[in-house]
Amino acid sequence: MARRPLQEINAGSMADIAFLLLIFFLVTTTMDQDIGILRQLPPPVPEDTNPPEVNRRNVYDVLVNSADRLLVKGEPMDIRNLKEGAKEFYTNPSKRVDLPELRRITKSLCVENVSQLKAAVTQNPNDKDLRNKLGEWEDRLAAVDLLGEYNELPSSALISLQNDRGTSYDMYIKVQNELSAGVNELRNELSEEKFGVPYSTLNILSDDDKPKIKAVRAVYPQRISEAEPKNIGGL
Amino acid sequence: MSKFSKKGKKGLPAVSTASLPDIIFMLLFFFMVVTVMREDDPKVKVSKPNATETEKLEKKSLVDYINVGPPVDPRFGTEPKIQLDDAFADLADIPVWVKMNRDRRKEAEQSLITTSLKVDKKTKMGIVTDIKQELRETNALKINYSVNKGSAVD
Repeated sequence: MARRPLQEINAGSMADIAFLLLIFFLVTTTMDQDIGILRQLPPPVPEDTNPPEVNRRNVYDVLVNSADRLLVKGEPMDIRNLKEGAKEFYTNPSKRVDLPELRRITKSLCVENVSQLKAAVTQNPNDKDLRNKLGEWEDRLAAVDLLGEYNELPSSALISLQNDRGTSYDMYIKVQNELSAGVNELRNELSEEKFGVPYSTLNILSDDDKPKIKAVRAVYPQRISEAEPKNIGGL
Repeated sequence: MSKFSKKGKKGLPAVSTASLPDIIFMLLFFFMVVTVMREDDPKVKVSKPNATETEKLEKKSLVDYINVGPPVDPRFGTEPKIQLDDAFADLADIPVWVKMNRDRRKEAEQSLITTSLKVDKKTKMGIVTDIKQELRETNALKINYSVNKGSAVD
């Protein structure tokens, strides 16, 4: 029998097959990256609990009505000033009496508290409160070691955001955005000053940056609370 | 003379298409890598608001989406509606939906589920607040307001 050489397979249709696959993927997939503002909702509260008493000066309440206007601490405010307002609330540079009173955290104060609490914990090893407190002071000590002395917000200080049912979603996001922007700017400034890099470039996964992030967060915690919904004016 | 006259008549040689499949395959792989499978058909129109202080959602497999906006099909009216997975839904369907989503994840990952709210920017907060209350009741507390990157305040 005569042997014919193997015939080569025609690869001309390969391009068409690849085109088909390409078009299939173009149609069935999306490119959009989901980005957004991450928030933690408060856990559901039992109905018969009373809200805890808080000092008025420690709450920065932001109300948004159905006409998308802002009322901040009882005063109307333009959205463009909200970021500066939030920053002022966090730092209270001019020691205003209607903004939170900051506590100076020094190294000696931390060391003293840590040693006192440690002694107390060894006496009552089952006291959870004491151990939590010890943890808090140890965190503060770590922050002081990294950043030097700083002013701390009272633990009850928070930004409370309340909206009406008629507020537009666009406005709501704007307000959320401006409030976050205030905190983020402060964090960036602090990180820039102490570590030479902005806070946003620190990487939580790297062991080097993690204590830095924790320290900056201790100084400027992000405390934005979404208040229980209420109908405030309008609709 | 004939030696030279031949040359002019030949015309342009055909461009080789042998590398065409390779080029297309390259494109194909590019799209396979950078895109993700579309999860569900949009039944509501959502034009997201702008914001600057955004974060990326890390684990796509642990994110569930709630879409809110006016229906694409005008026969369903123009009022904002809620879309869960592939269908319109009521507020009362949300707890069931959350539990269903929890059950199909591993136990260790259940606490990491994020609910992403894709809400049209013209929507009123009333419906969003109701959804948030439902999520709170079912303890789905991690939420994300989906936005586009861009300056919010002009």
